[in-house]
Amino acid sequence: MALMICRDLSFAYGGETVLRGVSFSVEPGDYLCIVGENGSGKSTLIKGLLGLKEPAGGTIELSGGLERREIGYLPQQTALQRDFPASVFEVVLSGRLNGLGRRCFYSREDRREAERNLERMGMLELKKRCYQELSGGQQQRVLLARALCATGKLLLLDEPVAGLDPVATGEMYNLLKLINLCDGVAVVMVSHDVEAALRYATHILHLGHEQLFFGGVADYRRSDALRRLRGGC
Amino acid sequence: MIIAEMLSYPFLARAMLVGLLVSLCAALLGTSLVLKRFSMIGDGLSHVGFGSLAIATALGYAPLAVTIPVVVLAAVLLLRISQSSRIRGDAAIALISSGALAIGVLVVSLTSGMNMNVSNYMFGSILTVSRADAALSVALCAAVLALFTLFYPRIFAVTFDEDFARATGTRAQLYNTLLAVLTAVTVVLGMRMMGALLISSLLIFPPLSAMRVFRSFRSVTLCSAALSVGCFILGMVCSYAFETPSGASVVAANIAAFGVFALLGKLLGR
Repeated sequence: MALMICRDLSFAYGGETVLRGVSFSVEPGDYLCIVGENGSGKSTLIKGLLGLKEPAGGTIELSGGLERREIGYLPQQTALQRDFPASVFEVVLSGRLNGLGRRCFYSREDRREAERNLERMGMLELKKRCYQELSGGQQQRVLLARALCATGKLLLLDEPVAGLDPVATGEMYNLLKLINLCDGVAVVMVSHDVEAALRYATHILHLGHEQLFFGGVADYRRSDALRRLRGGC
Repeated sequence: MIIAEMLSYPFLARAMLVGLLVSLCAALLGTSLVLKRFSMIGDGLSHVGFGSLAIATALGYAPLAVTIPVVVLAAVLLLRISQSSRIRGDAAIALISSGALAIGVLVVSLTSGMNMNVSNYMFGSILTVSRADAALSVALCAAVLALFTLFYPRIFAVTFDEDFARATGTRAQLYNTLLAVLTAVTVVLGMRMMGALLISSLLIFPPLSAMRVFRSFRSVTLCSAALSVGCFILGMVCSYAFETPSGASVVAANIAAFGVFALLGKLLGR
């Protein structure tokens, strides 16, 4: 059973349609990369999937017991966060916010879960460190641990390797693949890096103000959409 | 004993109470505002407060009854403006604050003339603190403390990463509006004592000083609150001892604290 089915989605800013005709589905265990040039509507789509932006048309259907607030989101980092005084643990713990319900404070279980996810990222010993003192790769792993605190089913990532050096980029991709394969968490990722997408993903969604391709990686390798994207680079 | 002597004057005791509570609220709210890059909102609000205070006085209305609703409205408006991408937020705040200041000055000069009143509004006077102020500050302080203790996890999430908080089902806009409204009330209550031009420093100095040394949200929030209360007491005592204006003395104490904390931060290698 699919986790998420989108049918004929479109998005508009101030009456001007920026993205149209997007239809795809995400199954449990899928690894979907959303590719396309700058301004092709990738981040807009992510915002739509999260419910941060209302679609101008079409439907997003969540099923398989997935609720919208149970999507683990890893946003693009903002300049604001880079000098935010927060400990690593505070940041990761905030991922448990969606399970808080009517409670005011985090329970012992929330804390354990946050520690468990830090450990999965190999970051447990940095728990007390300040978030802003970490390297870019470490910061992304903290945000990934936070996203994992929020979900066991679906991760949505917006350019998770932007600004990382090659080593940290490789580590991030491997971690994501590991989570995807071992824990069966579906991954939906916006990416600039088509080659990495081809290597790690199971499915590709190619956008250019409209849907240019959706399907398996093997089909995408033979598609016109990929040829045009590579030709345009 | 100098504090005991000060408290023996009823008006001064009242001013101390209001000032302490307002300092505490301002520091807590300020932590979130500064980190969200909304520092300028405090400044904008105090100028709007000045304008509406001048108009209320000129028309003979009770100052708080007019000023609080106007400033709360301005707070919600400023929040909207600074979040919308169409209008440049910082420019809009500058427009509104200088506009309100100009109108306030015009109204005052047309009615009572440019006299002591204007100076009191601008730079504050502890003689203006009324019983209503005291009651309202207690209520405000209770509201702010309740907000920060009961909703601490949500406030952290909304301050650190609004998109993430919204994506996980938190009504971020509600918390933003709540912050803005409480900030508006804090500004109005503190304004007449601290002065319209000086009140925003209560919002900004304590968190900035705390951030020089502390590195987690919880410690920054707690330190900022303690620092703000400490600086207020120190400033008031100096003001009493050396007969200096109270608002400016409190700000001077905050400047000194910032210097000490910046130095401490350097020494700790931060």
